[in-house]
Amino acid sequence: MAKLTISAERCKSCKYCISVCPTKSLSLSGKLNAAGYDYVTVDHEKCTQCGTCYLVCPDNVFEVVEE
Amino acid sequence: MAVLRKTPEMVSIPNSFCPGCGHGILNRLIAEVIEENGYEKKTILTLGVGCSCNMNGSWKGDKIQTAHGRGASTAMGVKVARPDLLSIAYQGDGDAYVIGLAETINAAYRNENITVFVVNNNNFGMTGGQMSWTTMPDQKTTTSVHGRDTNWTGMPIKVPEMIATMPNVAYVARGSVQSPKEIRKLRKYVKNAIEAQLNNEGYSLVEVLAPCPTNWGMPVDKALAWMDQEVSSYYTLGELKERKGE
Amino acid sequence: MKKMWKGNHAIGEAAMRAGCQFYAGYPITPQTEVGEYLSWRMPELGRTFLQAENEMSAMYMIFGAYACGMRSMTSSSGPGFSLKQEGISYMCANNYPAVLVNVQRWGPGLGTLDSSQTDYLRDTRCGGNGDCRVIVLTPNSIQETIDLIYIAFDLAEKYRNPVEILSEAALGQMMEAVEFPEFKERTEDLGWTWDGTDRDHGRLANPDKPGATKAKYERIEANEQRYETYQVEDADYVFVAFGLPSRTAKNAVDILRAQGEKVGLIRPITVWPFPYKAFAEVNKDVKGFISVESTDAGQLIEDVALAAKKLRFNVPVYGQFTNQHIPKAKEVVKFYEQVKAGQIKEVF
Repeated sequence: MAKLTISAERCKSCKYCISVCPTKSLSLSGKLNAAGYDYVTVDHEKCTQCGTCYLVCPDNVFEVVEE
Repeated sequence: MAVLRKTPEMVSIPNSFCPGCGHGILNRLIAEVIEENGYEKKTILTLGVGCSCNMNGSWKGDKIQTAHGRGASTAMGVKVARPDLLSIAYQGDGDAYVIGLAETINAAYRNENITVFVVNNNNFGMTGGQMSWTTMPDQKTTTSVHGRDTNWTGMPIKVPEMIATMPNVAYVARGSVQSPKEIRKLRKYVKNAIEAQLNNEGYSLVEVLAPCPTNWGMPVDKALAWMDQEVSSYYTLGELKERKGE
Repeated sequence: MKKMWKGNHAIGEAAMRAGCQFYAGYPITPQTEVGEYLSWRMPELGRTFLQAENEMSAMYMIFGAYACGMRSMTSSSGPGFSLKQEGISYMCANNYPAVLVNVQRWGPGLGTLDSSQTDYLRDTRCGGNGDCRVIVLTPNSIQETIDLIYIAFDLAEKYRNPVEILSEAALGQMMEAVEFPEFKERTEDLGWTWDGTDRDHGRLANPDKPGATKAKYERIEANEQRYETYQVEDADYVFVAFGLPSRTAKNAVDILRAQGEKVGLIRPITVWPFPYKAFAEVNKDVKGFISVESTDAGQLIEDVALAAKKLRFNVPVYGQFTNQHIPKAKEVVKFYEQVKAGQIKEVF
């Protein structure tokens, strides 16, 4: 079973992923990481692990891993 | 459908580019292709001066910091000494197309067996957003505050098109990170460019259109939309010179 | 057996004997024959010659190749060598070895093609940005040019620092009978070079290690001062000259000694590090130093004055500056006579 993982500490809150997510699973968490960015979070119910967020993320926040 | 995705080891250290900067995407694509070919311990990256310098802290592989504009000459020297290694020059548009135009064109002219990646974000990013030869007509920068006057400063330069006219060069393409679709295409260009060198086919160049939200003064979604509507309609995307036999 | 060789061709062949595998350069008189010679000689030996688009690009080709440990060389003259200064500074910053040849021509800007020593201050102080030094070797014959190039690569690699051969137009253009040493090759890994594996490159010029560069330069200054002294132990006046003027200055010493004048000569072979040790051999009661040089305004004389100061000679330092020609022995003799007669004002 594949799962999307998020390295919140790497996120710079640019929102490229949010703008292209085909299932609208991503949103900002409203919480700040150590660098002070409002980091992205995922709704696992909606996520299909398509990897589009991995593709566009300039900061390698996302991975799709086998659970 | 789920597709497993793992961050390449070569970009596993967090980078210090600005939020939404296109460099990080290209960094990852290059790392993916290098690792796919098993060259993570057989690659020397020559870094130009500009935002490319940020990679000194994050690129997990051999890298040489050269002077402003001299990326292609340095990468050529590396290739002379170590033809068995992958020699890549990683530069920005100010580095490769403005101060280093002579070195960029001449390395291509001689058909050096090196690969050059040029991130074109239409301005000098590292120094805070000055006009570059790639700045779009009427685009505002800190040295074209009323918008670029092309009567006085020239039209945005198209170096890949110039290089594609040279008879011997192996591969020339222009890609973009403006959408998932274009990133997928760009990955193929990166792969072709690197494999052209590994196959001793000669010089390869990929220009990559990239957003610079910080200096453009735009959020990422607006920056991507401007690239889609304006930049990529002037800077045509696609392969300008295909590999022989491909 | 000795054979007649032109200076610039000898530079090329000496580099081959020393194991140079890569040369990149751009034509400029009076050093063009270096590249002409190597353009056919290097392929013959299975090595790489490249005529670059400009001097800077040639410099960075060498930069990239020597980063990977390949013995590499470039050469130029006058304004061409000015263009290389940026790269020299980058090499110093990264602690790269390199061998650089400057066959000097006269003057600022385009200058002329005359033989001169007008690049002295730029090259001994490193003309690029930052606080760096290049080991500068100054031959006064074609045989010595060969001998210095033969050790230049070893020195450059030993200290991880560029080494320059500071030649002169006439020395590049003239012919002399010479012998070449055997071919040699360094095969061992230098340990720090770029090889794709991302090993430790030991960058010494690191702002986190501010003393490292100074320590290196002090090591070079302690070990590498090279010079020749001639009849300085009892001399009242000591000429200081390098390169071709040192040959005529030496003749002048012989002429003057035959006349009973107590004169001597210091010939720096390294001009950085400047050979202060040579001044320690000088008569403690010396009355003055005379810098003899092919410059307009005097350049070597500044180092002569500093050396006199360092060795605590409180005596005048005179300068004979002969512009774009090599001083003749009789000119040096005449200048000395004027100095002795009190007709020349000291510079320092």
